[in-house]
Amino acid sequence: MDISTQNTQAPPPTPQPPTAEQKRAARGTTRPGDRVFLALSRGSGIFLLVIMAAIAVFLTYRATLAISKDDANFLTAFEWNTGVVPPKFGIAVLVYGTIVSSIIAMVIAVPIAVAIALFLTHYAPRKLSGPIAYVIDLLAAVPSIVYGLWGALILVPNMDGLFGWLDRYLGWTGIFSWEGGAPRSMLTVGILLAIMILPIITNVSREVFRQVPQMHEEAALALGATRWEVIRMSVLPFGRSGVISASMLGLGRALGETMAVATVLSPDFDIHASLLNPGGGTFAQNIASKFGEASEFGRDALIASGLVLFVITLLVNGAARAIIARRKEYSGANA
Amino acid sequence: MKLQRKNRRALALGALAVSGALALTACGSDDTGTSGGDSSASAGASNIKCDDAQGQLLADGSSAQKNAIDAWVKQFTAACKGVQINYKGGGSGAGVTAFTQGQVAFAGSDSALDEEEITASKKICSGGQGIDLPMVGGPIAVGYNVPGVDNLVLDAPTLAKIFNDKIKNWNDPAIAKLNPDAKLPDLKIQAFHRSDESGTTDNFTKYLIATAKSEWPYEGGKAWEAKGGQSAAGSSGVAQQVKQTSGAISYMELSYAKDGISAVKIDTGADAPVEATTANASKMIAAAKRVGTGKDMALELDYATKAAGAYPITLVTYEIVCDKGNKSETLPGTKAFLRYIASEDGQKILEQNDYAPMPEEIISEVRTTIDGLS
Repeated sequence: MDISTQNTQAPPPTPQPPTAEQKRAARGTTRPGDRVFLALSRGSGIFLLVIMAAIAVFLTYRATLAISKDDANFLTAFEWNTGVVPPKFGIAVLVYGTIVSSIIAMVIAVPIAVAIALFLTHYAPRKLSGPIAYVIDLLAAVPSIVYGLWGALILVPNMDGLFGWLDRYLGWTGIFSWEGGAPRSMLTVGILLAIMILPIITNVSREVFRQVPQMHEEAALALGATRWEVIRMSVLPFGRSGVISASMLGLGRALGETMAVATVLSPDFDIHASLLNPGGGTFAQNIASKFGEASEFGRDALIASGLVLFVITLLVNGAARAIIARRKEYSGANA
Repeated sequence: MKLQRKNRRALALGALAVSGALALTACGSDDTGTSGGDSSASAGASNIKCDDAQGQLLADGSSAQKNAIDAWVKQFTAACKGVQINYKGGGSGAGVTAFTQGQVAFAGSDSALDEEEITASKKICSGGQGIDLPMVGGPIAVGYNVPGVDNLVLDAPTLAKIFNDKIKNWNDPAIAKLNPDAKLPDLKIQAFHRSDESGTTDNFTKYLIATAKSEWPYEGGKAWEAKGGQSAAGSSGVAQQVKQTSGAISYMELSYAKDGISAVKIDTGADAPVEATTANASKMIAAAKRVGTGKDMALELDYATKAAGAYPITLVTYEIVCDKGNKSETLPGTKAFLRYIASEDGQKILEQNDYAPMPEEIISEVRTTIDGLS
């Protein structure tokens, strides 16, 4: 008892109210190394905010220049013609195309990526999982223009079978009806994007699944759970927020993918009910394909569309943060 | 674990070896390419006057004339060793923008400067303004891929209906009427247009507007306005699609209409349908009206021409320079290069590259204008 009271009283050397320096001392940051580190990290944080703000200001300024002269409704017009007087352009088709192609990519890629990650961490023999993981990582290093060329020269000419099958059995939905044009459509783009975002989702999911505490799994096994039950009851709940983060990284890539989409899609300014008929467009693809011949004003209009993509990306990231925050109790790496 | 690490290292080594080999071969083929080009270039470089041209000339603009410029640059720099010419081919819009910002010595453009651009150019050309010099002409071929049909003839209203999604099948009566002898298949028409903004689209739709206004109710411009059909980027992109797709049709510069792509003959109302050739395009340009004032030589083509052998879907691309107030360090080089490309030798090279030379009366005036540049 005596010793403990002595110990607690030991730190404050005088009974006077603490000065600012002492407050800092209480937090334990008196040494110069700590101060430098604090300044550096705080500076980096502020620097990041400044960059984001600068991008936002630039985009907004150039966008207002263009939108103020737009003769059509910027949000709902189905055309992009900046070269005529008065100029008419709108982003409706681009919003639709960007979101639809990304959704298709996510629907295809996320289940496959999670399955691969589970296989690599819990089923595959060591000898096999190493090389497979290596090859998947390598997929992420392939430049997108190479995916685009592969898509245009291999994927597109070989999609007829799948498209015919979808048209025959699911054509009545309207979403999968096909009129026999070249399959340079939203679905093809979605499939290509799915392949492109697979490595990042797989990679992060694999790391997350590997972090599941060994004791958790062993305890479940000891209680008589099968391997699938272990995965369902301990691995998946633990990894959920990590998988969501991974998916968001993938979604980010899908939303902003440019060259592969521009090479594979047959763009036009119309929304088609069917995912199989050629047509549509995405923000990034539209900017890439229109930029070269655009006038100064045309570029401002494209920048205005870029601003919308910027906002959409912020919204998606915000939503992902919110989802992850709700599941904090499981999250190790992303809290 | 150890074994696995070894595997990884082996894989990495293998990858390195492969990429290294690739890089080396890439270098190798590059070298042979340029040396071959040089030897052929030095052959015809005798009549080029370099004057006191030297230094680096930056230029940017129309991709439609990029191949012509490349051929000229090869000849010119072989004769005038002190000059380097760097033409970027980033598109007409990019070229004009770069010109009005004073970044380039001259720009290439498929459309003449508009009033706003001329006003902007006055800031760069102290005491003068930007002017258009027509240098390269070219037929825009309407290429198609229909099995069993070799000699397709179409007229403007039919073309407009095809590209406006009104005629959907190759055995349509409107097409059959123009081609009584052809065996037209029961095949869906797949019309392709450019997805990027393009001077080729601009000129093609100008033709449709001038000749088939009721079937083509659009304003025109570099962006494609009609709904329906499919699209691809660049002339090479649409050509690739036409090649791949049975029943396809699209418009492209003549040099792309080969290897499985046939070009439509246009029924202009003349005695015989007109084929897309460089000579027929030159005939079309010869009848053009000059609309540029002063030294500006902007031309206006009569797309509705019925003259025998004049191919109506023709594109004229310009070089844009200042008439007065060119930068003193680039002026000699610009003048020498432009004088060369406007010369007989320079214009002769065009035909070998599927472009149309300018008719004599236009090009001789261009030469006078070039001599007066300051």
